[in-house]
Amino acid sequence: MADLLPVAAGFLPELRRALPRLAEGVLVTVEATVLGAALALVLAYALGLLSRSDRLPVRGGARLVVEFFRGTSLYVQLFWLFFALPMLGFRLEPLACAVLALGLNYGAYGAEVVRGAVAAVPRAQTEAGIALGMGAGLRLRRVVLPQAHALMVAPFKNLLVQLLKATPLLSLVTVPDLTFQIDQLRSSTGATAASYLLLLGLYFGMAVVLSLLMNALERAAKARLGQEGGA
Amino acid sequence: MPTEDREDLTARADPVAPAATADPMAPAAPAVRFDRVTKRYGDRTVLDGLDLEVGRGERVTLIGPSGSGKTTILRLLMTLERVTDGVIHLDGEPFSHMPGGSRGKLVPANERHLAVRRRRIGMVFQQFNLFPHMSVLENIVEAPVHVLGESREDAGRRARDLLELVGLGDRADARPTRLSGGQQQRVAIARALAMRPGILLLDEVTSALDPELVAEVLDVLRDVARSTDITLLCVTHEMGFARDVSDRILMFDRGRIVESGPADELLESPAHERTRAFLGSVR
Amino acid sequence: MWDGEAARAALPAVLEGFGVTVLATVPAFGVALVLGLVLALTQRAGPSWLALPVRGAASFVRSTPLLVQLFAAWVLVPSLDAPVLGVLVLGTHYATYLSEVYRTGIDAVPKGQWEACTALSLPRRRTWRAVVLPQAVRNVLPPLGNYAVSMFKETPLLSVITVHEMVHEANTFGSAHFAYLESFTLAAAVFLLASWPTSVLVRRLEARLAH
Repeated sequence: MADLLPVAAGFLPELRRALPRLAEGVLVTVEATVLGAALALVLAYALGLLSRSDRLPVRGGARLVVEFFRGTSLYVQLFWLFFALPMLGFRLEPLACAVLALGLNYGAYGAEVVRGAVAAVPRAQTEAGIALGMGAGLRLRRVVLPQAHALMVAPFKNLLVQLLKATPLLSLVTVPDLTFQIDQLRSSTGATAASYLLLLGLYFGMAVVLSLLMNALERAAKARLGQEGGA
Repeated sequence: MPTEDREDLTARADPVAPAATADPMAPAAPAVRFDRVTKRYGDRTVLDGLDLEVGRGERVTLIGPSGSGKTTILRLLMTLERVTDGVIHLDGEPFSHMPGGSRGKLVPANERHLAVRRRRIGMVFQQFNLFPHMSVLENIVEAPVHVLGESREDAGRRARDLLELVGLGDRADARPTRLSGGQQQRVAIARALAMRPGILLLDEVTSALDPELVAEVLDVLRDVARSTDITLLCVTHEMGFARDVSDRILMFDRGRIVESGPADELLESPAHERTRAFLGSVR
Repeated sequence: MWDGEAARAALPAVLEGFGVTVLATVPAFGVALVLGLVLALTQRAGPSWLALPVRGAASFVRSTPLLVQLFAAWVLVPSLDAPVLGVLVLGTHYATYLSEVYRTGIDAVPKGQWEACTALSLPRRRTWRAVVLPQAVRNVLPPLGNYAVSMFKETPLLSVITVHEMVHEANTFGSAHFAYLESFTLAAAVFLLASWPTSVLVRRLEARLAH
């Protein structure tokens, strides 16, 4: 904190000059978050539903994939894609590496959320569907999933914030994200404390915005189930 | 969407469809026949070689102490559970099993066999089991549209008729959670009837209700029983209701039928000691 | 392609790094366990002039990236050794998660238990120590286990402040021998071998406690 005041005078003009680059950094961070989350969502549904299949090979395969990507650290996955994959002859753009790693890792965690939420819908709801002659697919689509969604939103919110918080990893594989840009600002101004405080504040702001969006989503999902005072 | 059964499910003016009429020339097969049906959970035997027949349009009430296997019979019939041994027949053909293997030997039915046939059966649950994410009307329209392939307009019109029948014509757009237990159960009855089942299963439909809400549900069911020739299988502790609607009452104990007879007779002068003791305990 | 020779050569370095990873995770989780409980109790039972700021600070730390926190601590507190600093930052970050776990666990103790304590005139301290916390422990064990596993998988971040844990070692070996494929694949395998059995144990515990 000691260097905060003396350099503040020089820091602000530097900051103003750096604003366009910071905005670019924010954009890259948001892009990685959104793309990573989209991939994770698709994988979470696919793996989560497959891991409830009646057929053992299907269920086992899905479980194996989930356990693999949960069990090997995100960092290892990212570095493997960035450093090791090219040695097998496939070179991905750094941003693509990051999106893929985030999607696979958080998709595996999300699969557990989907599986758990589907399992948490009362069995009686499925029975009501059977009593109305609905087939398995129709029951899942029209009865179980709409109710499971309301249970998924809160854990998905946590995962989404986690995913956002993991994006500074991008700067380690040369992607010019927000952390990367502010690090540049820090080295050009020497205002270490101010730079990192600003950086933490920006991430906090983004996390708050994401949380608020997800809270609104959760309230809507719960209202659809006729539960008041959600979130 | 399979629609094999549609011909006898076409819209009728009467909101509650009569049971599917059989060929008058053919000897009337019972609507339901349990043939030496056994159900075990682990090493606990709930039903032990049960034989049971329910005729078309017949109203049968199952009574007995809890755990005696009454609800299991309804759940087996609705395919919510599978039999351990024995065969359930529906309208004279195997339901829990189907011909397969060599020389037409019966094998446990697959999902497709069950899916087509169980549409003839409707069920009302103790806990209503309405879909909380759908409005009252959507609850009723859901299966006719997505299972039977009816148009939204037809299904919607019929659903409103059914809501009138159960006295909830003004609550079509309400959320189920906004309704009282008695109202929810009446919606559940309308929802089951919307599928025009030939057989309706009532599983302790008033047990989860506050005492003052029981009458409104039973009145609706009396109406349904009076105005249709639907086959009824009913598990209840409401002896007055049982007497009003049933042709026959079966007294169960430990997975076996202890006594069976016309409603008035069995309730007035039970022959069996167990029945007397049970009736004494619920009055 | 895969080079068995390089993989054999990388294994000692990766395993040494694994040792450092474990050595960092264990004390960091200890910090998280204790500090997390302090945070939870302050928010639940402390005076409101303290509870509110603590809650805000915990929420800030929980919502910002660990990597940036490590960078910031590294340059702002140069007096501490990297491993000590890493353990403290990692531990503090996870303490903010664990405080939420504790809070949920405490809230899950039925209201009737509190009312019974009031009816028995149990003092506040005794209520917490003898009635509430023992029941809360049952609620929090499975999530605590899950967080231990996930902290273990996040320890590689300490490499950015020069702690020589496993991913750091894998990276160093990979660049020195141009054997990234072998070194990072080994690192992934070691993580899988270490974290999978732990996850299975946690799930068993969860199933046992659910009854």
